[in-house]
Amino acid sequence: MGRYILRRLLLMIPVLVGTTFFIYAMAWAIPGDPFASRCGQRPCTDSFIQAETARLHLDQPLPVQYGYFVWNMLHGDFGTTSSGETVLEAASRAFPITVKLTVVAILFELVLGIGLGIVAALRRGGYLDGFFLFTSLVAISFPAFVIGYVLQYVLGVKAGLFAVTVGSGAPWKDLILPGFVLAALSLAYVLRLTRASLLETLKADHVRTAIAKGLPRGMVLRKHVVRNSLIPVLTYIGADVGILLGGAIVTEGVFNIQGIGGLLYHAMRIRENATVVSVSTLVVLVILTVNLLVDLMYARLDPRIRYE
Amino acid sequence: MKQRRLIAAGALFAAGALALSACSSDSGGDSGDSADSNASVTIYNTKPENPLIPGNTNEVGGGNILDAIFRGLVDYDPDTAAPEMSMAESIESDDNITWTVKLKADQTFQDGTPVDADSFIDAWNWTAYGPNAALNNYFFASFKGYDEMNPVDPDDDGPKKADEPEAKELSGLKKVSDTEFTVELANAQSFFPTMVGYTAFYPLPDSFFDDPEAYGKKPIANGPFQVTSGDGDTGFTLTAWSGYKGEDKPQIAEAVFKTYTSDSAGYNDVLAGNLDFMNQVPAAALVDNQYQTDRADHFVNKAVGVIQTMTLPQYSDNFKDDPNIGKALSLAIDRDTITKTVFNGGRTPATGWVSPIVDGYKAGACGEFCTYDPAKAKEYLAKSNFKGPFSFSYNADGQGNKEAAEAICNSIKNALDVECNAKAYVDFATLRADVNSDKMDNLFRTGWQMDYPHIQNFLEPLYATGAGSNDGRWSNTEFDDLIKKANAAEGEEAYADYQAAEALIATDMAVVPLWYQAQQSVWSDRLSNVKVTPKSTLDLVSVTAS
Repeated sequence: MGRYILRRLLLMIPVLVGTTFFIYAMAWAIPGDPFASRCGQRPCTDSFIQAETARLHLDQPLPVQYGYFVWNMLHGDFGTTSSGETVLEAASRAFPITVKLTVVAILFELVLGIGLGIVAALRRGGYLDGFFLFTSLVAISFPAFVIGYVLQYVLGVKAGLFAVTVGSGAPWKDLILPGFVLAALSLAYVLRLTRASLLETLKADHVRTAIAKGLPRGMVLRKHVVRNSLIPVLTYIGADVGILLGGAIVTEGVFNIQGIGGLLYHAMRIRENATVVSVSTLVVLVILTVNLLVDLMYARLDPRIRYE
Repeated sequence: MKQRRLIAAGALFAAGALALSACSSDSGGDSGDSADSNASVTIYNTKPENPLIPGNTNEVGGGNILDAIFRGLVDYDPDTAAPEMSMAESIESDDNITWTVKLKADQTFQDGTPVDADSFIDAWNWTAYGPNAALNNYFFASFKGYDEMNPVDPDDDGPKKADEPEAKELSGLKKVSDTEFTVELANAQSFFPTMVGYTAFYPLPDSFFDDPEAYGKKPIANGPFQVTSGDGDTGFTLTAWSGYKGEDKPQIAEAVFKTYTSDSAGYNDVLAGNLDFMNQVPAAALVDNQYQTDRADHFVNKAVGVIQTMTLPQYSDNFKDDPNIGKALSLAIDRDTITKTVFNGGRTPATGWVSPIVDGYKAGACGEFCTYDPAKAKEYLAKSNFKGPFSFSYNADGQGNKEAAEAICNSIKNALDVECNAKAYVDFATLRADVNSDKMDNLFRTGWQMDYPHIQNFLEPLYATGAGSNDGRWSNTEFDDLIKKANAAEGEEAYADYQAAEALIATDMAVVPLWYQAQQSVWSDRLSNVKVTPKSTLDLVSVTAS
């Protein structure tokens, strides 16, 4: 187990180098002068462009620039944003908010997604099943911002049931609606995945045997059906955690949440490539770590999985 | 220019009737008459892009905060946009070149240090000093000694180490006493007293020079409000500063500038009563004047100092030395219909190159050329050398830009029977990069938001030979001379010269006026006495809240 973890950690290095270089190259390869929009209808002054060029080593070839960037990062220097903060300051403010939002969204996926999936599977072909299948299809087919705006307007502005936008510091109660919107798409997948997986298991031989033995139905479901069916579902949710922690640009925009997504969006819009790359690097780190944790969790769920 | 991020991105503003419909009659609920002097007001804002330093702030997210906490030499009247003395006792000159600025005595910053002549001189020198790379550096280009502080790039191609500046201070700034200093300009500027109300000219306390970085996160200023907490991501909390000696004392205790990443989120917050003031409603709320239905009696539609134009690059062979082509195109654009259909009756067809809200504005400088007339347009096209195909470049990241560009092209196509295509640039930065490096060979979209409410600001920076924002590189010596003459003249005489210069732009029509903008603001039931300043922000001095 220890050796496995070490191997995975070592593997992270080439992945990190590859992704960050790729992001770095892409960010600076976007056509157009990164400073042109900073000065409105006027060209920036020479001294401004010189200062920025020197700061970001833009006069050097790309690999050299990237080398500087990595070298600084190894020293814990992730650069500064145009408003004079360090990227780490901005990210450490934004990240807890994104984590909170992710927790809310994952809770929705776990409780609603799995719960309703089980109900749908047990009521297969019934009204409820049809209703769930239909609504999950709707959730999958509508883009997040449509669902977000509609729910924000109907439940927030008109009915006053939920906060319209998230206040500073992102209190939990403000995050219910955005968490649900963020989860909506995955929720639908989780529901359908749970349902399919359960129906599969219900047909299995060991379940038939257990029922024939006369075990109570509830126990059969708990011990023999649900637990076995959840492995693919948890795989999906685990991957989703990584994705959600990378920031949800659309949902954060609709509900004005100042998380990683908002930070990235703003940096991209004003062509702050250095910030985009630094924040993306942090995001990649988080996703890799979460993926490792999810893989380790399998071993706990399924004794057949052993890491050597 | 101070770029409103939305404008840079070309957001869809509407300008409607220039009439104001501000009324503060309350429709039920809490009556605004019971004004509460301890009230806190929340205001829509965008994330400041730069540190909160006056010399380094050229966009509204930061500008809104600075304009609330600082007071410069002059301030602008919220109703008339006329400059009024604020920190200055008087700003006077005999020749419009050497200005004597006398300050009011006993003014202080929020840390107790005095606002004296040095506060202005040091701040201005810092911004004007090239190596500090301040974004508002060019505002000091007209000061004597600017060139010595900003050596020109030696090889003129991109960034190479420029020479070390010869001077660290503007030779034109001289301290006379603690409350008096003189400014010597490189050439006459009769609008100088109006200009120094702009953000770039605010004073700075000594604490700034000790640690500019810390200062930029929590500035210490000299106006009616001070920053007490906050950051760019969530917003800034400003509280009324008890030590403020000016007469423009606020009626509220706190102003919270909340950062929003999307304007529809802000608008929904206003509708739900969670946000008190939003200076520009989103484009969707303009359709059928939805915002007026949503916030009856709590909205205003007011002209702002912004104009949109179409530029014909004079360095391109297509348009060089051809006075007819611009006229043909201008006559072929049906401004009335486009402002009604594309902008929901919002913007106003332009009749010249200067916004109607500024001192010295005169309607109709464009004459017949800004009236839709396909027959006459065809006549001018017949006389011109270039017959198309035309393309109109715009930045696609701005709401409504695509629709406007296509409408303009269709109008040209139908009137002139030529080809015209709207050409999208992915974003503002990409378009500006090509514009700034003279790479355009066909029509492109331009716009200007004024820095200070004076007719000169709509003419000289945009159309004088070699001016920084003269994107079409149009050049006309007669125009330059008239501007110089106007800059040296006074009052009505100066205005007449500015207007004559403006009329000259019509001889070549190298820049075609399209439309003027207005802002549509909405506010909550809590607010009364709402006024919008010439800087497009809520006037925090007159507003009351219950």
